Amino acid sequence: MSSSTLEKRRSQLTKGRMPGYVVWVVLAAAVVLGAAVSALIGFNIIVWAILTAVFFVAGATMITAAFGGTRKASDSLMTYLVYGCFIIALLPLLSVIWTVLERGLPGLSYDFFFTSMNGVTGATDNASAENGSPVLGGAYHAIVGTLQITLWATLISVPIGLMAAVYLVEYGTGGRLDRAITFFVDVMTGIPSIVAGLFAAALFGLLFGPGTRTGFVAAVALSVLMIPVVVRSTEEMLKIVPNELREAAYALGVRKWRTIVKVVVPTAISGIASGVTLAIARVIGETAPILVTAGFVSSINTNVFSGWMSTLPTFIYYQILTPTSPTNIDASTQRAWAAALTLIVMVMLLNLAARLIARAFAPKTSR
Amino acid sequence: MSTNTLTRSEVGGKSGDKIFSGATLAAGCLILAVLFGVAAFLVIQALPIFSADPTDITGGEGFGSYIFPIVIGTIIAASIALLIATPLGIGVALFISHYAPRRLAQGFGYLVDLLAAIPSVVYGAWGYAVLAPQLAVGYGWLAENLGWLPIFEGPASQTGRTILTAGIVLAVMVLPIITSLSREIFLQTPTLHEEAALAMGATRLEMIRMAVLPFARAGIVSAAMLGLGRALGETMAVALVLSGGALTASLIQSGNQTIAAEIALNFPEAFGLRLSELIAAGLVLFVITLAVNIIARWIISRHKEFSGAN
Repeated sequence: MSSSTLEKRRSQLTKGRMPGYVVWVVLAAAVVLGAAVSALIGFNIIVWAILTAVFFVAGATMITAAFGGTRKASDSLMTYLVYGCFIIALLPLLSVIWTVLERGLPGLSYDFFFTSMNGVTGATDNASAENGSPVLGGAYHAIVGTLQITLWATLISVPIGLMAAVYLVEYGTGGRLDRAITFFVDVMTGIPSIVAGLFAAALFGLLFGPGTRTGFVAAVALSVLMIPVVVRSTEEMLKIVPNELREAAYALGVRKWRTIVKVVVPTAISGIASGVTLAIARVIGETAPILVTAGFVSSINTNVFSGWMSTLPTFIYYQILTPTSPTNIDASTQRAWAAALTLIVMVMLLNLAARLIARAFAPKTSR
Repeated sequence: MSTNTLTRSEVGGKSGDKIFSGATLAAGCLILAVLFGVAAFLVIQALPIFSADPTDITGGEGFGSYIFPIVIGTIIAASIALLIATPLGIGVALFISHYAPRRLAQGFGYLVDLLAAIPSVVYGAWGYAVLAPQLAVGYGWLAENLGWLPIFEGPASQTGRTILTAGIVLAVMVLPIITSLSREIFLQTPTLHEEAALAMGATRLEMIRMAVLPFARAGIVSAAMLGLGRALGETMAVALVLSGGALTASLIQSGNQTIAAEIALNFPEAFGLRLSELIAAGLVLFVITLAVNIIARWIISRHKEFSGAN
């Protein structure tokens, strides 16, 4: 007796809610139906997946509508769409990572890391394709170039970015100049990388004659891209340094600049360091500015101030676009994907390092 | 001993203060100088193009008719990217901020941010080697069945290296930007508004429509604008993916070109007037992206007090 009233009440509260298993039934039906329809028009796993998704969303929405009306139905439709968006967004990520691993791993070898492309010609690639011998030539020169150019870009942009951020946070009074700097730093983050490259090329072209291409020009181009990132992250970090620390230093009679150097910056150093690391990760993969400023070589050049230089991104670009041997492009493709894998690993390590730095040097005084 | 350190810091302090604040001010001004330098040097190097004989310019009909097709191509590619990435990015941002299980949400956020960490040249290589051949099949189907639409006019490219493919690769590249900015804004929706909507019996969709989206509208617009700025200036993906050519309305034939890719493909061999031409093209790109970015930043700063997005 009482149990039946309870039953009734519960059904009142959960009216219009469909049982949990219905969704799974609809999903299974959609998979089967999708397979059937895609078999009719020529089976293809992508077509199957798309059809399944469409059938599932339509079916589940209609059944929800039958159970609980249009409001519930539109709500669940939105839920499926939002989940679908996320799955679609993950597809390219998985595809890129899978492609790079699958095609890049076979190319990784001692030779790849420690030899350059010097002396490797189309004939070399043809020979290795005919004999089935390992692909010769590697990316040593490009790795050296990447590290050198990125190092110089960091050396240029970190002091400038750091000082500018200190100015904005510690000395800025919110005047017109400060607002202009903040605004244009934001705008600078949106400069197309190729325009930064053209700027450096145009600048050095005017100073040292047209066609001046060295690693240093590329470093200048990269710092144009890097400075705003450094400024932004440093600014954020300096802003969260508690004011009590500054006031305590002033109260002890410490000068403002020593307060900044000895108190404010050390407190924020973990965030600043991780911001700088992220900025490096951002510019290390830039291709376009290198293309127009540093040229492209196949031999090792360790001097950033003279001669053309290669970096990993330009190496990938040229190996794909102009294969060393036009008839046997597999060798070049293999080198390109191996270089892509190396580059991605570098970027991921930098990102990881940024997180570790932020954690390791986090201020212990803040609690 | 302690007196020593006190006096030492006193002696070095006064001028130190001045030098240090001067140095920081100089660094701040240097940034402004660099931005104006970018514009100035590009203008100087591009000047010869405006006094040159129109027949000497690529295409033989002056700079205007040289730049026009690639400006349109740039806009087409960026629009495709934005049309795909904006709804998708908002969906992903909503998923992370309101739909995903709380415990996993942050991890999903990192996952989407990984998309931003992959270098553009790798996306270009992926679009060239993986995506384009896959899409070529679909393009054939589009040309057969929807060929009466000018944008799907056949014959479809066999390699799939078309402006639509380039646009899709660009969409993947701007997706993390739009997602992370929108996510930040969605998370800042006042919880009281959301709870009030739910307490009155709104479904999750109605809560999002009534509380989250009105609050985030300006932020979404500026996120899309920043994504547009990125898509307009993106070079390598287009340079590798697109098999460029003259301006065509069809999105599934090879053809069209963007400014950034045009520069990247031709700059290494360019000299003399051709160099000025490409630098002038870069200047045009700079002006377009600058305008887009300034508008986006202006929208953000105007709505800062409401959305807190910055």
